[in-house]
Amino acid sequence: MTLDQLPIGRKAVIKSVGGEGDLRLRLLDMGVIPRTAVTVTRIAPMGDPIEIRIRGYALTLRREDAKTVEVEAEA
Amino acid sequence: MRFALVGNQNCGKTTLFNQLTGANQHVGNFPGVTVEQRFGDARGYKDCVVVDLPGIYSIRPYSSEEIVTRDFVLNGKPDCVINIVDATNIERNLYLTLQIMTMRIPMVLALNMMDEVRAAGGTVDTALLAEILGIPVVPIAAVKGEGVGELMETAVDVARRKQKPTVYDFCKPGPVHRCIHAVTHIVEDHAELAGMSSRFAAMNMIEGNRDIIERLGVNENELELTEHSIIEMERECGLDRNAALADMRYAFIEDACARAVKRGGESAEHRRSTLIDNIVTNRYLSIPIFVAVMLLIFWLTFDVIGAFLSDLMGQGIDALTAAVDGALTAYGLNPVVHSLITDGIFAGVGNVLDFLPVIVVLFFFLSMLEDTGYMARIAFVMDKLLRKIGLSGKSIVPMLIGFGCSVPAIMATRTLTSDRDRKMTILLTPFMSCSAKIPIYSFFVAALFQRHRALVMGGMYFTGILVGVLFALVVGKAVFTGKPIPFVMELPNYRMPSLKTTLLLMWDKARDFIHRAFTIIFVASIVIWFLQTFDTRLNIVTDNAESVLASFGRAIAPVFGPLGFNDWRASTALITGFMAKEAVVSTISVLLDGAAVSSMFTPLSALSFLVFTLLYTPCVAAVAAIRREMGSRTKAVEVVIMQCLIAWLCAALVYAVGGLFV
Repeated sequence: MTLDQLPIGRKAVIKSVGGEGDLRLRLLDMGVIPRTAVTVTRIAPMGDPIEIRIRGYALTLRREDAKTVEVEAEA
Repeated sequence: MRFALVGNQNCGKTTLFNQLTGANQHVGNFPGVTVEQRFGDARGYKDCVVVDLPGIYSIRPYSSEEIVTRDFVLNGKPDCVINIVDATNIERNLYLTLQIMTMRIPMVLALNMMDEVRAAGGTVDTALLAEILGIPVVPIAAVKGEGVGELMETAVDVARRKQKPTVYDFCKPGPVHRCIHAVTHIVEDHAELAGMSSRFAAMNMIEGNRDIIERLGVNENELELTEHSIIEMERECGLDRNAALADMRYAFIEDACARAVKRGGESAEHRRSTLIDNIVTNRYLSIPIFVAVMLLIFWLTFDVIGAFLSDLMGQGIDALTAAVDGALTAYGLNPVVHSLITDGIFAGVGNVLDFLPVIVVLFFFLSMLEDTGYMARIAFVMDKLLRKIGLSGKSIVPMLIGFGCSVPAIMATRTLTSDRDRKMTILLTPFMSCSAKIPIYSFFVAALFQRHRALVMGGMYFTGILVGVLFALVVGKAVFTGKPIPFVMELPNYRMPSLKTTLLLMWDKARDFIHRAFTIIFVASIVIWFLQTFDTRLNIVTDNAESVLASFGRAIAPVFGPLGFNDWRASTALITGFMAKEAVVSTISVLLDGAAVSSMFTPLSALSFLVFTLLYTPCVAAVAAIRREMGSRTKAVEVVIMQCLIAWLCAALVYAVGGLFV
């Protein structure tokens, strides 16, 4: 499953970070890296972007960018 | 000694800088880029300068902020780096710390917001953390000023002893470790020659940062060897080079935090933020709340506080002008010089200084929006809408301020982190009809469009927005072809802004504006006065129609033929409108000399004239702001020419299409 499909509140672990160039490096620098726990906490009123909680802080990113992040939801 | 203050955004860096330096700050730009450079003398220390570097999350050379920071630390060789870290968000903040540590420059860690961590029941073993990182760690609470004295003492001590970080190896034995060691060995000699740490050089080689690689001057063979060991690492650990390095840093940080940080429960700040966000980013409430907040700010700024202060300021300037006028008359100064001082300089500069209170008040509110954390939520809520025209959510605020006054709106683009967004927003803002144009609309509506007041007024605002949006779509495609910076943004906890930071920002903007009023606007006032006072043979005119300005108006009037107002009075008014938009109305009134507006304009040509004034060149104060924020005089001139062209085309279109119906 990709990060944009993760339901609100469901815990997940990042499997891989795709994307390319600047976007990918930015995600990595912000701590969006494999084996990190993540939850989606909120979706913007117009349906995009989304807010996630990672490493104890809140990060927002667009759906199309979240698509590049592969996650595995906890059972 | 020089101290460089480095840290993430939203970690309290500006607050700490203000605590360290007090009010004696200087603002400039880093050479070649429009990134702001602030520096100030450290309080209580002789010859100690603190330089506030831009808030960044990482030192990759992708944004001008990151390059500026990296190069300042690398080439500027500060005596000590003060790295401020938000203790409530320690993992992500330490990422930058690790990157700076590899540069092997003396540094201290300022662990900010320790009060919040403690209040939530958490602790940080600073001695252990210092040992793990190999740099001194000082806990502080910048807002309250706690620990700031001790921090500066430690920094000075570290700088004196040139105490470099002792830890620079972040990886456990394994493929990444082997690769870094191999590459470090390859670049060692080059790094020493280039005056950078070999570890830092190796990291840049692995990350493939071209400019550093060029500076190292490695040869083909060495590059190949490097690539070879990187590929081997990628194969062995199953991650590509960038992910592998990020993973290495975060693994080190997780381990360090597991040992030195005891997390408390959910902090009061976070709980409060979640509650506020449930309301202000709510599906139904978010936009009404945003509109209400903006309306409140506008009302307070332009109607209540700002208007009151502007009136006061205006009265002060009038009184001063009258006093000077009287004194000069009594002295019997040459009437031409007298007129230059009162009608030229005082009237021109005074006219623009009237804006000052509005700007200062607006920046008070802007600082509130930004520093509380609400601005990030606005970006979150509005992003989808703004993305349609190629911008991101944050641009909405400067654009809305543009409806009040373009000058603070353009100055407010500083809050945008992407250079591309900033420049595009600056170009868009002048299309938002500013409040100085209201007198022009009112004047014509009262004279010619009594029956369609609201339609004409509303139509003007709508036309401005429409042209702006179309312009953004075209320019976004044609000029700003580079990829926009990805919208990956932190949503910080809501916090009370520090009064000191807000006041300093207001003072700063006021100073900036006053500086412009007395330089560029001062000169422009004199030029316009000269053109109005003399005729082409340098005689003083008795009739307004004889002045150089009028002759100039006459000369360019035919340009406006296709727009329906080939009239020198109209073109002269447009020229004076460059000083301040309200001047369009006063000039027309003077030149009409009691005749009715309908003797000069038909309703259709008036409409075309209104569209032209809506869209043509921003006033001189706004142009000066554009010049400053774009960092280029040519760009500012281009904006003026381009907007005049757009205005001409739109007005011609209105006149031509309107002509089919009338």
